[in-house]
Amino acid sequence: MLPQHIELSEGTVVTTKLDDLINWSRKSSIWYLLFGTACCAIELMQTGGPRADLDRFGTVFRSTPRQSDVIIIAGTVTYKMAQRIRLLYDQMSEPKYVISMGSCANCGGLFQRSYSVLKGIDKVVPVDIYIPGCPPRPEALTEGILRLADKMKTEPWMKKIKQREDQTQTPKAG
Amino acid sequence: MTEITVRDTANPDAEEMVLYMGPHHPSTHGVLNFMVETDGEVMSRCVPQVGYLHRGIEKIGEATPYPGFIPYTDRIDYLAAMFCNQGYAMAVERLLDIEVPQRAEYLRVIAGELNRIANHLLTLGVFAMDIGAITPFPYTLRERETINDLLEELCGARLTYNYSRIGGVTYDLPEGWATKVLEFLDHFDLILEEFNRLITGNEIFIRRCADVAVITAEDAVAYGLAGPNLRSSGVDFDVRRDIPYSAYPEFDFEIPLGEGIEGTVGDCYDRFVVRIEEMRQSGSIVRQALASLPEGEIVGELPRRLRPDAADVYIRVESVRGEMGFYVVSDGSDTPTRVRTKTGSFTAMGIIEKLSPGLMIADLVALIASLDVVAPEVDR
Amino acid sequence: MEPQAIRDRLSEEFGEAIPALDESGKDPCIPIEPSRIPEVCRFVRDTEGLEFDYLSSLTAVDTGDALGVVYHLYSIRHKHTLVLKVSVPREKPEVPTVEGVWPAANWMEREAWDLMGIIFEGHPDLRRLLLPEDWEGHPLRKDFKEKPDYKGIETTRPDMLQQFGQLDKLEAKEAEGKEAAEQSDD
Repeated sequence: MLPQHIELSEGTVVTTKLDDLINWSRKSSIWYLLFGTACCAIELMQTGGPRADLDRFGTVFRSTPRQSDVIIIAGTVTYKMAQRIRLLYDQMSEPKYVISMGSCANCGGLFQRSYSVLKGIDKVVPVDIYIPGCPPRPEALTEGILRLADKMKTEPWMKKIKQREDQTQTPKAG
Repeated sequence: MTEITVRDTANPDAEEMVLYMGPHHPSTHGVLNFMVETDGEVMSRCVPQVGYLHRGIEKIGEATPYPGFIPYTDRIDYLAAMFCNQGYAMAVERLLDIEVPQRAEYLRVIAGELNRIANHLLTLGVFAMDIGAITPFPYTLRERETINDLLEELCGARLTYNYSRIGGVTYDLPEGWATKVLEFLDHFDLILEEFNRLITGNEIFIRRCADVAVITAEDAVAYGLAGPNLRSSGVDFDVRRDIPYSAYPEFDFEIPLGEGIEGTVGDCYDRFVVRIEEMRQSGSIVRQALASLPEGEIVGELPRRLRPDAADVYIRVESVRGEMGFYVVSDGSDTPTRVRTKTGSFTAMGIIEKLSPGLMIADLVALIASLDVVAPEVDR
Repeated sequence: MEPQAIRDRLSEEFGEAIPALDESGKDPCIPIEPSRIPEVCRFVRDTEGLEFDYLSSLTAVDTGDALGVVYHLYSIRHKHTLVLKVSVPREKPEVPTVEGVWPAANWMEREAWDLMGIIFEGHPDLRRLLLPEDWEGHPLRKDFKEKPDYKGIETTRPDMLQQFGQLDKLEAKEAEGKEAAEQSDD
């Protein structure tokens, strides 16, 4: 957005598009919902830990869906849990994103033959980024979040909200 | 017992409400749900509801050949994956009467005890974080990273190791690995001292944990608790010493018991201190094992097709959360006919309802954290 | 104590109800009649010299012909183990509960009911533990059939590799679909 290495002096005026400015601020502070079910949750915790620090990208974890931009679904999702995830996703405010972390959330993972595992979280919520791995390394998760930041950078965000309202698939209330 | 009714509490003006803590909650260890009947702060009943991570691993075991099931055992308890692998491999080795070489037994012990240290680091860090002290958590994660690196060098994965094979282990020690482990253990002694100075002697922490949710020895045995939970109530039971297996008889280690240092025997503080002592003992076991590691093969003699005769076998392993049992039934074919794991967290969830009347909600958080419950062990 | 000695001690007390030790497998076990299991369990827990105070595991098995429950017991004081087995017919899988003997059996029996469908008579709170409350069927039984969808969510996923193999055909179909849509717009 801004060219690097310019010297700002008193009275400098910077012109840019409103979309660019807002996207730049949005992608620099992606707050994720601390939601982990299984093994990938441990790697999520380790990625937020001292070595592969996620905080340097401006991402911090929040415990409530109302305050988060992205939900990182880390771990296996069962049918019993799927409705609750849908509730959490519905409570997040726009613009919101979903990162599916790990094989189990992408497609069911190694539990394809199980009777109680949801074969992929995209049957319940729309997913933006898929991160493969079992569990993915912290570097993989960081790459996923940076790709999400790239996606956010060029988004016409008013149009996105209208698109999201048409798109989703909801399980029947039970 | 399943009826949820509003009851009179000590305060006649108070009304009771039913709250659900979970399944998404920052302080539950994985996806667990607690139905809490409370008048605001003091609970009258707390009923755990589980099953949000039930993946049907036991049913998958009935359709998977014997060697192919080992990655699934990783996921039964991903923080103690070495022990789960070892337990299942031991069960199948007993069915087939396979002898495991001594070097492989030593390697299993070394990897297992490093895993125990890694798990207790995470447990204690999360325990402190649940109580409200967020600072120790990154300290323990930092040490865990070193162990993750060591185990990744050994077997290729940071979390779900898939290390034991039927008949032995997969990989031998890389060059220079033993030196790195010994350096880490020397550094780890200092870290334990730093951790103790940071949180263990902290007055607020002691007030939050001492005399909270006391579990008596009779209750602990009757409700089937296992591992550090059982030992911190004063019951002296450790599978490594009482039903010896693998290379454990060769090593000299102590079994820490709860002594009620700051409060009563069997309170949350005891469960915390027992785990710190266990980490120290695990470090000592790894040192002894590396010093006397024998030469030899890492996998024993195996038949070409793994087809045990029809029999059933129950193997006990001292995992990080206690006695983990593997019950494998074979019927003469390629796949088992029943695989069942009995885990320490399952019985620990069963005792929460009994302990809950009169406890405050903040104490419930301390209780769950001190019992070291993980959701996949409960639900499998 | 050795398993044979334990079995003899039991047979002194209960006589005919205790058959011979079954040593056909790797772990010697004692098969017991379902109706006698609570008193046998209470006896082995309370008697001096046996004192099996720790219920290690309670497992439900499906042997094809019948259903069964396997109890693995341990004594912390004397450090010996015992295995008891119970077998019930498929049509009427009822076993008396041992929850009064070891409270640890409470959740273990609920799990056995949930996954295998064995009814434990006298259990204070026998309801589903691991599966959703409205699940139909008992999955660990050998004749369990998975339903094609759960509350509107499909239970299978198309195989990605197969789809990649037919990617050209899928793309051609999509292109046709788009053309058809454009023509109908005109």
